[in-house]
Amino acid sequence: MSDVDKKPIDFMGIRKAAAIMSILLVIGSVIALGVRGLNLGLDFTGGASVELDYQQAPDLNSIRNTLTDAGYVNFVVQNFGDESSVLVRLSDAFDDELAGRVTKDLRATGDELELVSSAFVGSQVGDELKEDSGLGLLLALAVVLIYVGMRFQFKFGIASVLPLAHDVIIILGVFAVFQWTFDLSVLAALLAVIGYSLNDTIVVADRIRENFRKMRVGDSEHVINESIHQTISRTLNTSGTTLVVLIALYFLGGEAINNFAIALIIGVVVGTYSSIYVAASLLIAFGVSREDLIIPPKEGVEGAEKDEQPPEWLNRM
Amino acid sequence: MLNKYPLWKNLVILAVVVIGFVYALPNLYPDDFAVQITGARSSTTIDERALERAVSSVKDAGIDVKSASLQDRNGLVRVTGPEAQLKARPIVQAALGEDYLVALNMAPSTPDWLRSIGAGPMKLGLDLRGGVHFLLEVDMDSALAQRLDAYSSEIKRELRDERIRYRGGDVGDNRDIVLTFRDESSRTEAFELVKRQYNEFLLDERRGDESEYELVLSLAEKEIRQIEDYAVEQNLTTIRNRVNELGVAEPIVQRQGRARIVVELPGVQDTAQAKRVLGATANLEFRLEARQDAPSGATEVLPFRNDPNRTARLEREVIVTGNNVANAQQAFDENSQPQVNITMDGPGGDMMNRATRDAIKRRMAVIFIEFRTETEERRVDGVVETVDKRVEERSIISLATIQSALGASFRITGLDSINEASELALLLRAGSLAAPMYFVEERTIGPSLGQKNIDAGFMSVTLGFVLVLAYMLVYYRGFGVVANVALTINLMLLLACMSILSATLTLPGIAGIVLTVGMAVDANVLIFERIKEELRSGMPPQSAINAGYSRAFVSIVDANITTLLVAVILFAMGSGPVKGFAITLCIGILTSMFSALVVSRGIVNATYGGRKVQKLSIGGKLANV
Repeated sequence: MSDVDKKPIDFMGIRKAAAIMSILLVIGSVIALGVRGLNLGLDFTGGASVELDYQQAPDLNSIRNTLTDAGYVNFVVQNFGDESSVLVRLSDAFDDELAGRVTKDLRATGDELELVSSAFVGSQVGDELKEDSGLGLLLALAVVLIYVGMRFQFKFGIASVLPLAHDVIIILGVFAVFQWTFDLSVLAALLAVIGYSLNDTIVVADRIRENFRKMRVGDSEHVINESIHQTISRTLNTSGTTLVVLIALYFLGGEAINNFAIALIIGVVVGTYSSIYVAASLLIAFGVSREDLIIPPKEGVEGAEKDEQPPEWLNRM
Repeated sequence: MLNKYPLWKNLVILAVVVIGFVYALPNLYPDDFAVQITGARSSTTIDERALERAVSSVKDAGIDVKSASLQDRNGLVRVTGPEAQLKARPIVQAALGEDYLVALNMAPSTPDWLRSIGAGPMKLGLDLRGGVHFLLEVDMDSALAQRLDAYSSEIKRELRDERIRYRGGDVGDNRDIVLTFRDESSRTEAFELVKRQYNEFLLDERRGDESEYELVLSLAEKEIRQIEDYAVEQNLTTIRNRVNELGVAEPIVQRQGRARIVVELPGVQDTAQAKRVLGATANLEFRLEARQDAPSGATEVLPFRNDPNRTARLEREVIVTGNNVANAQQAFDENSQPQVNITMDGPGGDMMNRATRDAIKRRMAVIFIEFRTETEERRVDGVVETVDKRVEERSIISLATIQSALGASFRITGLDSINEASELALLLRAGSLAAPMYFVEERTIGPSLGQKNIDAGFMSVTLGFVLVLAYMLVYYRGFGVVANVALTINLMLLLACMSILSATLTLPGIAGIVLTVGMAVDANVLIFERIKEELRSGMPPQSAINAGYSRAFVSIVDANITTLLVAVILFAMGSGPVKGFAITLCIGILTSMFSALVVSRGIVNATYGGRKVQKLSIGGKLANV
């Protein structure tokens, strides 16, 4: 990666195209969510699951037959990680002894296998979790809106919350399209993405605010474009380091956090894009202007465009 | 002077780094997997000979023993891993016999000087150690119904004693008690009586359908909350005691929300056994000693708990069970002899009174019921199979003469020692679940998965860390080194804070650390980009450094506070895995702000500050304008 040229790239020139892409992505995600729905994990649906480790890679069909013969209904058998690991999921949530029985029944066929993990979640717990999670996401967005609204200005608040919703919807959409399991860890990843994408948006917004106060020429679009240009290498570098560790996490972190890592990888990519295009485009669409950000002149203070100084104690450091 | 820290500030940084280093250090000495041996009774202690027997039995089975030691009244045999630990426990138990309790334990291996200043490693969560996790829900409806039943029978007795004539008085559908009277004056009397003695009730006078005089007693919302709290707290105590019976080291038993209890048992693999013990409802019985002439069909001979050779013949009929014990405390009688004060709940008191008033001078036994699982090997078709068998074992913990009719409160005397008395009180309390519970969630993590998760987590932190270091070095050169030192210190401080808070490290927690490593350089990237910018606009290097740090400050604080807000929400609403992730994220944000703003500035100041600088090593072709 190299430093950007001195001549500002015209980021905002393609903002109409970007806006259309964002809108299409969001609509596509909503459709995917509506049509296919999320493949909710055990945490949310309730039910039982058993993870087994076979000595030799087993035939999934024969496992299915064994289970059907033993009288189980509504179950899913799939490989988990490598070929010798098998995950059996049962939606029958009313019996908490299920996991032990499944292991026993499969062992009865003579295969060498070991119980790696099992889980049982009552459907009531799952329902509560669904409610709490939705509430948590909304609460997070509301707090961000209030904080940014107070710290910057209301238009900035909206312009930073909408990209977050945009990111969350797109991640959910991707999970719906590929039917990846959406469990508690993915939910945590979603909230982390909110934090991350917000971080990005704030840095850009901060520069926009500074430039509006400093630059005396040029219209809003020019100022915003200049601000994005000034922060782009920081944005790309931070996303770069974060992506690097996430890819490490994806390949080495083990099966249990694969979906977590994937959600974050999508989130970082989309979040970086949205902090440039969605947030900045929204500011232009809202008609943010110099007047919105001028610090009300105080008595004895000369010039309203004086850029915001960091606290005095910091300069002493 | 520009870009020069005063001495005290450098010293503060140094102090923080040293303290962080010391408190992060114990994580290099992870807890050993061990089996802990204790005497099954408070009178049995473990000596060198018993320990030696344990060690040689483990070695004979081909399991490596790291070390063995005696501490206080416990023996500790350290082995190499979770699987060796699981295998060693039954072997040691078999070698030592029933007089000793053998439990799985995590033994600290932190050097003494570190332990003396309170430093210790992070605890490993279940997903890294293996074990079982249960979520139990207390049945609040029946807790309330039980309590109301107790009130109703008490109030009815009071009314009878006061000769106030009433009808009804049973618990209704709306969690209330309706009493019907023939005239207004007896209702007023009853009103006064209830008001005087049971201020937890809301009283309502009304005329019934056939214009009889009714008095409605209902519980205030606050009172209901209190009963619920009591039920959960009581069940917590019971579960804790029972978990101790299971012989699990470092169990977690916690209330979650209004009516739920989380139980985490590291190292336990047999969920069925754990569930039987935790979920058992009655494990105490009160029975009368059989008369000489009682038919043998109605009696049963039971051994004493502390002396299996001594037995007593008891009636088969149970007066009351541990379910009805409301409280039990160890105390002393007039002659300073230890005794146990017992309080029964309403129905328990009634039953106790009825049974004992005709049995004065006879003896009453308190019987403890133990649920144990015995593993026996059976040969089926030539294949050796281990079969778990549930054993319900009854033994007498006390046999005392009834001096007078007992009511809701009475005491058990004739105990040998204070130890015995407090043990009995504990068992009595442990014996009663205030309300039934059911399992709403259960997870088992095998020991091999735990180890796999530790390895995976360690690998991804290491690789992520190395990749970020390389990235920063290539891109920012000299300043990259500064950022890397700051990042290393950041990681160390993060580990130190988590160790000091004795936070539990889980797999999502490791993911949080990895993410923090990736995001922590953000603040430094912001600062360095700003410095580059200032250089480009023609500022001399010293001023560029100063401007870079101070101008980036606002962005860094804004960006981090918003992320922190989200992390706090995550922590507040999340359960289990989400919480573990949120806590590392929160701490990580704070430590990364410190390391980026203060530590990296300190290093830069020490390198460039206070002298003439022509060129900064910050990477990129525009650095030396």
